[in-house]
Amino acid sequence: MNKKYWQSFGELTQSDNHQQASQNEFQEELLPLADLDGKGILDAATPRRDFLKYLGFSTAAAAIAASCQTPVKKSVPYLNRPDDVTPGIANYYASTYINAGDAISVVVKQRDGRPIKIEGNELSSVTKGGTSAQAQASVLDLYDPTRLRHPLQKSGSEFKEVSSFDAFDKMVADAVAAQGAKSIVLLTATIHSPSTLQVISEFLAKYPGSRHVQYDAVSYSGMLQANELSYGKRVIPSYQFNKAKTIVSLGADFLGTWLSPTEFSMQYAENRKVKSTKPELSRHIHFESMMSMTGSNADDRFTHKPSQTGAVALALLAKLGGAVTAPSIADKKLAAGIEKTAALLNASKGAALVVCGSNDVNIQVVVNAINEAIGANGTTINWAATTNSRKGIDSEMQQLVADMNAGSVGTLLVYAVNPAYSYNDSKKFIDGLNKVPVSVSFNGTMDETTEQCKYILPSNHWLESWGDAEPKTGYVSLIQPTINPLFKTRAFETSLLKWAANATDYETYFKNYWSAKLGSVAAWDKALQDGVIEPATSAASAAGAYNAGALAAAASKAASSKSGAYEVVLYEKISIGNGSQANNPWLQEVPDPVSKVTWDNYAMISTGFAKAVLGLDVVNNQRQADKYEVTPEKPVLKITVNGKSIELPALIIPGLNNETVAIALGYGRSSANKDQALEWTGRAAFGAGKNAYPFVGFDGANFSYTSVASVEKTGDVYALAQTQVHGSSENRPIVFETNLASYTANPASLLAHATEEREMVTPHGKTDFVKDATIYPDHAKPGIKWGMSIDLNTCTGCMACVVACTAENNVSVVGKIQVQRAHEMHWLRIDRYFTGDIENPDVIYQPMLCQHCDNAPCENVCPVAATNHSSEGLNQMTYNRCIGTRYCANNCPYKVRRFNWLDYNGSDSFADNQEALIGTDTNEVIRQMNDDLTRMVLNPDVTVRARGVIEKCSFCVQRLQESKLEAKKAQDPSLVRNVKVACSQACPSGCISFGNVNDPKSDVSIARKDATRNFYVLETLHVLPNVSYLAKVKNTDRQLGHQEEEAHAPAAH
Amino acid sequence: MSRYRKIVSKLVASLLLTAVFSINNNVLAADGEALFKANCASCHKVDKDFTGPALQGWKDRVPEGDWIYQWMASPAKMIDTDPYSQELFKKWGPTKMTAFASMPKEEIDAIFKYVDEYKPAGSGDGSAVAAPAEDQSTLWYGILTLIFALIGFVLLQVNSNLRKLSDEKEGIKRGEPVPFYRNKTYLMTAILVLFAIGGYWTINGAIGLGRHQNYEPVQPIFYSHKVHAGINQISCLYCHGGAQDSKHAGIPSVNVCMNCHMAVKEYTGEKLVRPDGTEVNGTAEIQKLYSYAGWDPNGGPEGKGGYNPDKNGDGVPDGARPIEWVKIHNLPDHVYFNHSQHVKVGKQQCQTCHGNIQDMAEVKQFADLSMGWCINCHRQTKVDFNADGKGNRFYSIYEKFHQDMKNGKMDSVTVEHIGGTECQKCHY
Repeated sequence: MNKKYWQSFGELTQSDNHQQASQNEFQEELLPLADLDGKGILDAATPRRDFLKYLGFSTAAAAIAASCQTPVKKSVPYLNRPDDVTPGIANYYASTYINAGDAISVVVKQRDGRPIKIEGNELSSVTKGGTSAQAQASVLDLYDPTRLRHPLQKSGSEFKEVSSFDAFDKMVADAVAAQGAKSIVLLTATIHSPSTLQVISEFLAKYPGSRHVQYDAVSYSGMLQANELSYGKRVIPSYQFNKAKTIVSLGADFLGTWLSPTEFSMQYAENRKVKSTKPELSRHIHFESMMSMTGSNADDRFTHKPSQTGAVALALLAKLGGAVTAPSIADKKLAAGIEKTAALLNASKGAALVVCGSNDVNIQVVVNAINEAIGANGTTINWAATTNSRKGIDSEMQQLVADMNAGSVGTLLVYAVNPAYSYNDSKKFIDGLNKVPVSVSFNGTMDETTEQCKYILPSNHWLESWGDAEPKTGYVSLIQPTINPLFKTRAFETSLLKWAANATDYETYFKNYWSAKLGSVAAWDKALQDGVIEPATSAASAAGAYNAGALAAAASKAASSKSGAYEVVLYEKISIGNGSQANNPWLQEVPDPVSKVTWDNYAMISTGFAKAVLGLDVVNNQRQADKYEVTPEKPVLKITVNGKSIELPALIIPGLNNETVAIALGYGRSSANKDQALEWTGRAAFGAGKNAYPFVGFDGANFSYTSVASVEKTGDVYALAQTQVHGSSENRPIVFETNLASYTANPASLLAHATEEREMVTPHGKTDFVKDATIYPDHAKPGIKWGMSIDLNTCTGCMACVVACTAENNVSVVGKIQVQRAHEMHWLRIDRYFTGDIENPDVIYQPMLCQHCDNAPCENVCPVAATNHSSEGLNQMTYNRCIGTRYCANNCPYKVRRFNWLDYNGSDSFADNQEALIGTDTNEVIRQMNDDLTRMVLNPDVTVRARGVIEKCSFCVQRLQESKLEAKKAQDPSLVRNVKVACSQACPSGCISFGNVNDPKSDVSIARKDATRNFYVLETLHVLPNVSYLAKVKNTDRQLGHQEEEAHAPAAH
Repeated sequence: MSRYRKIVSKLVASLLLTAVFSINNNVLAADGEALFKANCASCHKVDKDFTGPALQGWKDRVPEGDWIYQWMASPAKMIDTDPYSQELFKKWGPTKMTAFASMPKEEIDAIFKYVDEYKPAGSGDGSAVAAPAEDQSTLWYGILTLIFALIGFVLLQVNSNLRKLSDEKEGIKRGEPVPFYRNKTYLMTAILVLFAIGGYWTINGAIGLGRHQNYEPVQPIFYSHKVHAGINQISCLYCHGGAQDSKHAGIPSVNVCMNCHMAVKEYTGEKLVRPDGTEVNGTAEIQKLYSYAGWDPNGGPEGKGGYNPDKNGDGVPDGARPIEWVKIHNLPDHVYFNHSQHVKVGKQQCQTCHGNIQDMAEVKQFADLSMGWCINCHRQTKVDFNADGKGNRFYSIYEKFHQDMKNGKMDSVTVEHIGGTECQKCHY
């Protein structure tokens, strides 16, 4: 009996529908003809006509296309070519991705004047070359058609263009002067740019009585205040997950969305890499109510109700010897988990870390006490360098809204925040805003807040800006523009300087600021080139001065949390985050790592919850599992919190707490102006999900992201676009895992099953599986043979690679309707398998892409040889030869080939030929992606695919070719070791190694040396993949993989 | 015999020209001629004043010592300080000479050695290129085919007449003879022949859709490659420098033209003639360039020429705008082609694909740029393998091929052997 890995409930119960569906790769009729009904084409009346119509059309089209004259093309050189531009050669500039408080050091690839790709900056010691899905996708935001193109002024309900910046400056100056003594408030997201902060202080000094309010859509204010109580400083220290042997998270999604996930992923991965010689792993224990990405990566995971977070923290503290009384915990598993966790923390004092995602100041005070008890302060928690990415204090925002409503705010300047959408009582904010006489928005698009403002002066996108960021104190990352502003926009800082009567623009100001700080122009040039300014040696960790005074009061408050029969927990998705990038089609189409849903948010509930509320038993009842799962339509739940209701489709995910509903923030962007809603919100964001921010509570000091809710079934259904079951792998042995103890005791046992199967397939008396277990000849790879190795131990499922692949390879966005039909085009997907206990399953992520098999089954069945093999081991796909039979996709055991069902890119000969399909077969987003502005993001080295052809991962062949060319020019073959494919470059945990397998010093050869973990998926098919995986080892006491199998079915073999 | 002489002279001429257009810039220090042509020829001639002064007799003119090295390293610096340099600048300005700061002394010496030893070539036959010879053989085949067809037709007629006579003699009655134009055999043959020819033309035409061999559009300026690259021997890479570094060879920006044409203001060379026979006024074409560059040949402080002032504040001289050349060589979007791969790594001559560009007044497309044409070359071209230790060291990783060459299993490695005919080398 094999251990079961399952992606869907249907797969788990092996229902008939699932089996039928999995036999059928493309669940579509072949011909676009109506009413065939199994009759022959000639017997059916309508199809014959249709057939003739198509025939006639294609003949006419071919005739027209052939008789057209070739248009005369112009070749227009520069008037004066800049020295550093050679047409056709990409330049790379170090810069910094900035989105509210988030900052990641990046290198921007600029080709012929256009930024087209974001890569991680390896010189940064904070993110070490890692990126996130959001950073990767942000280059598309630059070309967002909803961006405002010039300054605007509201007149009546309309906006009219302001002719020049000078006119705008004068208008605003006059309006501000007319406000007299009323205060000026600058409302921004968290700002940690040293020069911007100086500009702001100059501006505030110019206007006495003015103030700066920082507001985070998803707040960390509770933590800031708790630190003030415990350590006397209202800051967040930096965390060092790489120094922790035991990591405990109380609902903090630190690999996905919490605080500085890219930095943490890199640190976390350090202790998750297994060395076969001396296997050691950190231990990660996660307590949460929902199933977060970080939780799904934990070694041990325990669930509880959202209101129990305080109780769990207190119990942990009590077990660690803290002088607190913890409320009793009824759940035995949870209680045992806490007991075990406390023991582990005790055992690794000084190398342990507890983080908590709650925004409750009391709970955070308790967590501080725990960290104090386990010696984290000064070891895994570093107070010498603080984290600056979140600085908003919720009560200041509450005060501001009250002041606005009271009419005491004369001028409100809004930058990089959208409270009319993200504030929990948005009506109150908008009412207040309407009472402010002068309201100016610097936001780049006509969002919910900007449309309420009287003056709009759009600021530049970060790719058009100068600037700096200091997400971690002492670690500065510089921003330099990689394109001239596309529109008539001006840096926010320049406006502030102008209004503070400082004539210099921000660019000059910024250069002077840093040249003076660094001491010389040469140092400044070097810093700009590197993109980072960092201390020469990283300062030693320092402890904060702990004060336990606040603990007793906090403990008693944390113990008495209001609970209900059902509770809601609000979270951010790794893709959409707080909603500021909601109109980014790449991010909308990236499936959530856990739920695999695109384009929507939903009410995530557990199987037990579904049984209780929806009456659906998807675990034991095949019929119900099918009914729920096979169609995209999901039953809708009405969720009510504090008198506000939202109706959302229910998505059943195993492993949630049975009384919890989890809802993602960041969706449901819209506009108060119904006529302009689509244009202003954007074609990708409009209609995607519902806004859950109204559910955010306020506990008197801070926003709270958990609350008591009432939930009822509505009887409606709503279709979700899920990519989950499309990649079914039929229970074949595709992932291997074990626990650390077993691996240490007997490393060979991890892959024993695979070895056994390999021996079974190899003919008797022969030993070489590769050469002897096949009738095909061995094809030599005389020069380079490309290969990839993916470490399942460090892959966290963060999707940065998927977005990077989309950006690099011009992968189409297909829209929600097409995803529902399993037509998504991602060349690289991350398969998520559940295993074990359905109440609390283990999760494995497996990036799945074209395996570039040496005996590729797809190649044999192509009737036109459009897919074939190269002498470098690449499975090549030639689009212009493909006739779209899709035999290859049917024959691919990994299901990684994608078919262009529609002309997603407008690359057909006939312009706008998809217009008629919008609404029925595809979505508005197709229009956005085909906008001339958006198309500027396309990589000119990769063909844009037309309708009717298959495509798939090419191993970024354009990068391989480029790297070989470099090596040939320099006559040095070792240079190809530098090549990084897009997914590997983007990965924040460095789990993807790529290179030349024939070169023993390449990354991939080094990674594959670990024979005890190196395996190929579906190896016994003898397709000889060129992508290998390193099996997963978890640091848990539970038995996993083959062990669990043997434990449960000892006599099966 | 005269034909042989023509072929020989043609060979000599192309060899000469190939040498002239050698774009291998990794020349050894001793090769003064190549260095001169790669670095200096775009502005200097040995024996004639050009954009810059004639170089012959330089020793008698320049100050003693290492003036020449200092000047080569940084003309701008010298113009600031040195009196002789200032004098030069006064005479030859306003463009300053490009600095060759990183050029080693030996190379500078080699260049001037070449200059000193230079003797003007005799009135070589270099430019007299014979008309293409292959047309004649086609003509011969055509004539032969016609003659054979005629003989066949006559023989058939003779045959039918003979049979008629013999029939009459033997008294066999046959129907009235059918005239040849109603003879079914003839008609069928004719139809088949027409079908074959028609089919051939149709298929060829269909394949040729989108191909533009011999495309020679009228350009906004009558720019003659013959004058620049042929007669004045300016290196191809001076203007199309991208060919060594980038996928695009690149069309030079207007400032590159102006580097020379600030000094070269009128055309005094041989007659320029359009394909239709009309004469071109070279000086008027140079004036067109000035209009694009926003340059006034009589402007500037001394009336020696200068850029128009930038009154409209767009950052360039008033009236300056890029030249919209008509693109001749177009590859389909799904084809990836990289010039530097072919020029720098493959060491191909420009002429291999672009034809004898140095003889073209206006450029026309030489090759049909079809896939068959590419593949054919990839099959035949040998790779610079390092069998003798002199080749490209990148190919040292192909151990199997090196072994095979050592063992005599293969005598050379073509582009095809290292994967040059695989789909994803050009289509991705």
